[in-house]
Amino acid sequence: MLLKFFEENFKMKIAKIIGTVVSTLKLEQYTGEKMLLARILNPDGSDTPETVIAFDRCQAGEGDVVLMIDEGNSARQTLQAGPTGVVRAVCVGYIDAVHIHKSPAASFGA
Amino acid sequence: MNLGRVIGTVISSRKVESLDGVKLLIVQPLDENLKDSGGPVVACDSQQAGPGQVVTFIGGREASLPLPNPFNPSDATVTSIVDEVSVGNSKQ
Amino acid sequence: MQLARVVGTVVATRKDEKMVGVPFLVLQDLDLENRPAGGSIIAADPIGAARDEVVLYSKGSSARQTEITRDRPNDAVICGIVDQWEVGGEEKYRKV
Repeated sequence: MLLKFFEENFKMKIAKIIGTVVSTLKLEQYTGEKMLLARILNPDGSDTPETVIAFDRCQAGEGDVVLMIDEGNSARQTLQAGPTGVVRAVCVGYIDAVHIHKSPAASFGA
Repeated sequence: MNLGRVIGTVISSRKVESLDGVKLLIVQPLDENLKDSGGPVVACDSQQAGPGQVVTFIGGREASLPLPNPFNPSDATVTSIVDEVSVGNSKQ
Repeated sequence: MQLARVVGTVVATRKDEKMVGVPFLVLQDLDLENRPAGGSIIAADPIGAARDEVVLYSKGSSARQTEITRDRPNDAVICGIVDQWEVGGEEKYRKV
């Protein structure tokens, strides 16, 4: 339940670039944009089954692990696509490492 | 956006006015190896996609924007027709 | 959008003020073979679909993009009544 909440509501994601998509017949506003095929990763670096196509704003290449926005408003702002930009996923940063803090056991009250 | 294959069409003569004249396609989402991934969706067409073609489609609120009247309730719209997908060294 | 069959109506007298006058239907998801797919959902109905009709519905924030659901707390809306669909050239459903 909680995991589902995170998946649906956290729109910045860790993703690995696994390929590219080439298209000639497309929306005019997509002209000149590189379309990357990315696999969403879990925070520990393991694969999820989910893949998305994202635009590139960090010169990412195949095998790179990137920070990706999967949310329309932020994507439109990043691409300066105006209010009618048909975009949702954009790679915005290159990830060098992810550290997961192992927190001590939670204690509440005394 | 996701990859998908056009596998069929839907005809609806009575629909919300904002979707008048919009062609409806049945799209099977695909993974990077162009294998089926998840259940099919009905998507609006903005690119004159034909049956069997591999396309990209966008889901969610953004799906309304490519259509002639942008105030429409589409939650999936085809945005481009794919020429080539390259994963690793393989091209498809 | 998804294919679904209208299986019932929902009547709610006490509800959010913005939802007054918005009709709701109970929809049962269909697969491409016109069989129940397992899920069901309650959707706003801007076009007046009748019981047993096959419809298309949208989910999420797109569902606020019709005149009756504009700026209202709604996450599923019927977009059209389906006359026919075909998969791979084979007709799977035709409205009688």
